[in-house]
Amino acid sequence: MRIGPEEPCVPGFLSVYPSLAAQLPGAALPWLKRSRDEAFDRFAALGLPTTRDEDWKYTSVAAIARRVFRVEAAIEVSDEVRAVVLRHAIEGTQRMVFVDGHFVPGLSQPMPLRATLPEGARIGSLAQAVEAWADDVAPSFAAAGDAADGFTALNAAFWSDGAWIDLAAGVALEAPVHLLFVTTRSDGASFPRNLIRAGEGASATVIEHHVGPDGAGYLSDTVTRIVLGRGARIAHTKLQQEGRKAFHVADVAAEQGQDSAFLSHALAFGGQLSRAAIATRLGAEGCDAKLAGLYVGNGRQHMDHHTCIDHASPRGTSRELYKGVLDEAARAVFNGRVIVRPDAQRTDALQSNRNLLLSEEAEVDTKPQLEIWADDVKCAHGATVGQLDADQLHYLRARGIGERDARALLIRAFAADALAGIEHGPLRARLESLLPGALPEAV
Amino acid sequence: MLEIRNLHVTVDDKPILRGLDLEVRAGEVHAIMGPNGSGKSTLAHVLAGREGYVVTQGEIRYMGRDLLALAPEDRAREGIFLAFQYPVEIPGVANIYLLKAALNAMRRHRGGTELDAVDFLALVKGKLKLMDMDEALLYRAVNEGFSGGEKKRNEILQMAVLEPRLAILDETDSGLDIDALKVVANGVNAMRSPERAMILVTHYQRLLDYIRPDRVHVLALGRIALSGGPDLAQELERRGYGWVEAEAQKRHAASAEGPG
Ligand SMILES: Nc1ncnc2c1ncn2[C@@H]1O[C@H](COP(=O)(O)OP(=O)(O)OP(=O)(O)O)[C@@H](O)[C@H]1O
Ligand SMILES: [Mg+2]
Repeated sequence: MRIGPEEPCVPGFLSVYPSLAAQLPGAALPWLKRSRDEAFDRFAALGLPTTRDEDWKYTSVAAIARRVFRVEAAIEVSDEVRAVVLRHAIEGTQRMVFVDGHFVPGLSQPMPLRATLPEGARIGSLAQAVEAWADDVAPSFAAAGDAADGFTALNAAFWSDGAWIDLAAGVALEAPVHLLFVTTRSDGASFPRNLIRAGEGASATVIEHHVGPDGAGYLSDTVTRIVLGRGARIAHTKLQQEGRKAFHVADVAAEQGQDSAFLSHALAFGGQLSRAAIATRLGAEGCDAKLAGLYVGNGRQHMDHHTCIDHASPRGTSRELYKGVLDEAARAVFNGRVIVRPDAQRTDALQSNRNLLLSEEAEVDTKPQLEIWADDVKCAHGATVGQLDADQLHYLRARGIGERDARALLIRAFAADALAGIEHGPLRARLESLLPGALPEAV
Repeated sequence: MLEIRNLHVTVDDKPILRGLDLEVRAGEVHAIMGPNGSGKSTLAHVLAGREGYVVTQGEIRYMGRDLLALAPEDRAREGIFLAFQYPVEIPGVANIYLLKAALNAMRRHRGGTELDAVDFLALVKGKLKLMDMDEALLYRAVNEGFSGGEKKRNEILQMAVLEPRLAILDETDSGLDIDALKVVANGVNAMRSPERAMILVTHYQRLLDYIRPDRVHVLALGRIALSGGPDLAQELERRGYGWVEAEAQKRHAASAEGPG
């Protein structure tokens, strides 16, 4: 059974599409219109997932299904938004700001982006790219009609804008690209879509950052697609800092070429209900995938991470480390799927999920899902759920460190290795500042 | 400095200390010996404020205050230092970070200023030398992967940096090789002063050859069963604990029957 027309959310979207479609980016492009229409039909058929779907067993989206979200084709930029952008800016990055799903050049910096870019690098708005570089962009929409679930279908139908990052062979972006998605509307839905393509040997760091107001039950339904050419390297950090009542559903998928390296960080701090699907397909020989994650929840937050590492070719290595820190009545889900296909001999895959529960009420469902079809492979996984160590806590206190500081210190120590792969210093500092508790002055 | 009167302590409802009395004055070094399981570490943990050790009777006064009313961190800030029998490993927390956080917590508590990075490093390096320790240990996680001896030295390093008023060393000598024992003993002796008191929990006379105690106590049957001067340690080394326990039992039985 699907959540269909009997709940207000789905009919709400179904009724607005016909009139909205003409105002969406690329409405005049037949191929894109077709793609959107197919996705829309797919959404109409799928509806929203329910807990009867294996992939959504522990995450109920009933709270989303009950609401009607507004989708609008235009936005306003207030002074308040400017302040939000400044607060979330990350030093040393090239920033693109999207407000309620629409690119705002005036808040992005440095502008024009192109002036500071190396030759062969194109960074811009996807809405503009579909017009300007249709041939390059179109292939990534080909599969919109068979979106895996209602949320990705919805995004493919309604997407309003997002980043288009295209790097020619050998292009290395020095500064990280900071994609800042700001939601302002209290009952709005936004549908950002990002496309990242790295040619042979190209490399870049992309920070995908979602923020919004605490008091509003808005929906962010995001999709990011990443294609890595031979020997390319992409570091993608997804930082979810949505408002406390927000719904956030994200789908990130990478396709890796030979000897490429994909480094993913999925970091969740905000939202009332958030779900991130992070997938990579090691589609050619010698790929390297590193997936790290950290979810920090309290109150009644629900945070779900579904990852999929698909070893489809020989000699691939993958390292996955997800950590959770859950306080009060927070709840988390980790589902780590690792597929080793028959051809993927000499695969080396490691997965680990570790959870720290700071209260009796906090809960986590952790599930490794290993599907191994090749025989010459090294595969290991482990999951733990524990509390702060009483001996460690006492040891710190016995050295004069107050209980709050001691707890903060141990939580940081626990989270440290999930953030260790973050290379951009200011981003790492930002993340550390988001961890619970203030620290005694550092060395 | 420290007065313990009629201390009764249970762990998991099991009585461990049953009427322990002990008085330690500033400037003194006391050794506490006694058979395995007699409650020496229990006493040390109670002084440091470890959760799970329940004081059912008696009192502990430290510097004229009720020690049991203080949280563990406040005891430490007031100058109590326990060198743990089994130092705890803390992955992810650098040794030097712990030292600095601890020292600055102490200085703030005493109304002083925090040390800046340069002065702090100079201080720690001096103490490191005293303890004959490799600087690399500063940057490793607290006690993680340290050898048994390195852990014990690390405890004394912390003590040297924190300069406590009352130091309790719980079997710091166990597991040390002969050279390390001398280093540790030198470190401890360097800290002896008229303002500072020390309680050494040990099984071995050897430590007391290097650090000469003012008093030696035997903990047995949950209380101080016998006290004496430094020579008592030698006698214990020769005769074991059986006779002390037997005599204590007799006294206990006699007092239970009442003065008659
Ligand atoms: N959590 C606990 N639950 C039950 N009994 C405990 C617990 N902790 C300690 N004990 C018991 O308390 C008694 C005293 O232990 P303690 O560690 O104080 O002895 P000790 O004198 O330090 O011994 P050692 O010389 O071996 O270090 C022992 O019998 C021990 O088993
Ligand atoms: Mg002991």
